[in-house]
Amino acid sequence: MSEAGLKPVQAEVSNGSQAAAAPVPAAAFWRRIPWGRIGMPLVLIVLCLLFGTINPNFWSTTNLTNVSRQISILALISIGQTFAILSAGIDLSVGSLLAFVSVVGAQQMLNFGLWGGIAAGILAGALAGLVNGFLIAKAKLPAFITTLGMLIAARGLALTLSGGLPVVGLPHKFLFLGAGAIAGIPLPAVIAAVAFVIGHIILSRTRFGRYVYAMGSNEEAAILSGINVVGYKILVYVLSGTCAGIAGIVLTSRVISGQPTLGEVQELYSIAAVVIGGGKITGGVGSMGRTLMGVLVLGVLANGLNLIQVSSYVQNIVIGAIIILAVYVDLARERRR
Amino acid sequence: MTTEPIIRPFLEMRGIVKQFPGVLALNGVDLDVRPGEVHVLLGENGAGKSTLIKVLSGVYAPEAGEILFDGQAVRIRNPHDAQRLGVSTIYQEFNLVPDMNVAENIFLGREPMISRLLGLVDRKKLFAQTRQVLSTFDLQVEPGAIVKRLGIAQQQMVEIAKALSLQCRVIIMDEPTAVLTTHEIDTLFRTIRDFKARGIAIIYISHRLEEVKTIGDRATVLRDGAKVGTVAVADTPVEQLVRMMVGRDLKEKFPKVSVEPGEEVLRVENLQRKGILHGISFSLRRGEILGVAGLVGSKRTEMARAIFGADKLDSGQIIVRGKRARIIWPFHAIRERMALVPEDRKRHGILACLPVRANITLGALRRFSRGGLLDLGREKKAAQDFATSLRVATPSLERWAMYLSGGNQQKIVIGKWLGTEADIFLFDEPTRGIDVGAKVEVYQLMGELVQRGAAILMISSELPEILGMSDRILVMRAGRIAGEFTRQEADQEKILHCALGSAPLPEIPSQGANL
Repeated sequence: MSEAGLKPVQAEVSNGSQAAAAPVPAAAFWRRIPWGRIGMPLVLIVLCLLFGTINPNFWSTTNLTNVSRQISILALISIGQTFAILSAGIDLSVGSLLAFVSVVGAQQMLNFGLWGGIAAGILAGALAGLVNGFLIAKAKLPAFITTLGMLIAARGLALTLSGGLPVVGLPHKFLFLGAGAIAGIPLPAVIAAVAFVIGHIILSRTRFGRYVYAMGSNEEAAILSGINVVGYKILVYVLSGTCAGIAGIVLTSRVISGQPTLGEVQELYSIAAVVIGGGKITGGVGSMGRTLMGVLVLGVLANGLNLIQVSSYVQNIVIGAIIILAVYVDLARERRR
Repeated sequence: MTTEPIIRPFLEMRGIVKQFPGVLALNGVDLDVRPGEVHVLLGENGAGKSTLIKVLSGVYAPEAGEILFDGQAVRIRNPHDAQRLGVSTIYQEFNLVPDMNVAENIFLGREPMISRLLGLVDRKKLFAQTRQVLSTFDLQVEPGAIVKRLGIAQQQMVEIAKALSLQCRVIIMDEPTAVLTTHEIDTLFRTIRDFKARGIAIIYISHRLEEVKTIGDRATVLRDGAKVGTVAVADTPVEQLVRMMVGRDLKEKFPKVSVEPGEEVLRVENLQRKGILHGISFSLRRGEILGVAGLVGSKRTEMARAIFGADKLDSGQIIVRGKRARIIWPFHAIRERMALVPEDRKRHGILACLPVRANITLGALRRFSRGGLLDLGREKKAAQDFATSLRVATPSLERWAMYLSGGNQQKIVIGKWLGTEADIFLFDEPTRGIDVGAKVEVYQLMGELVQRGAAILMISSELPEILGMSDRILVMRAGRIAGEFTRQEADQEKILHCALGSAPLPEIPSQGANL
């Protein structure tokens, strides 16, 4: 046990000075720096400087707009993934849900028009999330298996509904969602940013958010503390499905068709984003800000490596290594405590 | 100590300093261990006992200080180094592979081989060597038994056998009796005496002072990460040991507050759960502490969990404040203003990787939110107030709960309910594994609760606690209420009799008795 005895909380100050009075090696200076908080932003800055130096085009407005547009889909599904992983679960289905949402949204758009299609797509994502949540929370199936099943089934559903072909003929004004901009900022990036802010508020400022952390940290204790774990768990997956729904619609607009093959392995990148940011894969630790860092690092890496003309094969090697390294650094810090 | 023959210590720790972020856990601690002695480490939770043994067993690297074996300075950088020097540690959580048998566990990683190259284990030799280790110290375990099927006491014996097979010179035991029955404790003590006769030293951590008097030779007392002193156990009265540990006199062991019991707030009728609970009925009144005694395995925890909605019931009624309550989930119970402080703090109580603040306010979160949005400022203030009034020792409210000592963790688990409107408290072993000082604080808190009109059901395996704190005592046996006593008529013997029962038990609990 690492407490200095039974001093009440007011002893905070004296405890601190006691620690300061003890002989501290120079290495302790480095240990005091809250690496957990500033580590990833630092990495991001270093990456930007690096890519910007090698290829000044990195800083061009066109490129930065591009990056923000490219990462907005990953950003949206990573928001839902953050909730799932924080609650000690996982949502493997989000990649396939992009395709499912795209096909359903596009087909309904042909039936009911622009807004009907958008609503149908988002609803389809939310419903798939509800099925996930119900199976995980009520039938108590492991989240990994349930969403793995959904990953495969949703892809199959998308292919079945579309007959394996793109759904085309969407209204022209639908283009605006994926290609439009507000004050020069691409609309998908604006949507993702708003979603991040909402996600952050839910996670850090609402009871539901706190309960997500509690479930992920110790489910049994959360139940015994009176948290309706079944209900909140279902909500987590509905939320993740809804995020996939929004992302799927944005993606559909960008390709201006319903595509049953969209989003392959995106679920894995969203998990990577959460983990690179410092979220714990077993739940209870992480935040929206951390996930955002993970998304940005992944996005900047992919873009920067492109700009400095690293082949896409090698890019994958680098990104894979970075994922493993990020988790290693995190664990190494934790073990030292 | 001057009258004893001088036996030179073979192991010395000098000036050990261990620093954690924000806390000085050990501040120049000395410890010397002589061959064949039982050296007790005493101290409140958070005093530094665990840190000290973790330094000795190579889990933590100290910032300063030295360790000497037979006068030679040694470096213990990892558990393997410690093992080579003959230091074995038996933690409360065993390091055994549950699906392997006893022999395989004892020689795990050191199996005698027929062929190194092919990795073929010589099973005959493995069993023969195991038998030899077991018989030398008369340990009653079958070498071929699968570990997960053994009782706790036998698993502990396997751990001990493993330590012995490593030719250890000192065995560190961290609260070895916490999970054992009286009979099993006798067996353990016999084994320990056997070790002493062979010159093996024991470093023994325990919160049970009676036990320390029985088995200990010398005791080193730690407080706030510093050594208070080393004394000969036989010459030191228990009161003095306590004073050394807490740095003050504890006036009353059980600060009992008597409150005139008011109206009935909880009544359960004929609770049934197949194979577990059989026709449990009792009532609980405002201002009352109802103690529940019984052997380990008498299903007291299961009863409390069932009332709280954590486990399912087959039939029976729960009547809260005169109305029949439908309790299927814990949140139903909480709506009825009930609160449960669970027995297993680590598994069911604390949220290990959440800050102390979030742990304390989890139960009453509704009070700090408006329309689902939390008022973080008010939450922090409330958490600060509770932490202060419960005297939770933590460098900061943002520290993860897992880094707190057992007593402080228990305080935040209890604190979780104080901000709620709960007034029916189910305490399951509220003072297990916490030190004397924190115990008294928990008792005082219970006193305050009943004075405020709460009702408390207290499950405990410590008879002095049951007798000292309860107004009325229920005794459970094998899932039934076996007897009820008033505070006046109860004594140790009557309760024990009732808990054991004259007739043979319908189910022999595997962990046996712990009173």
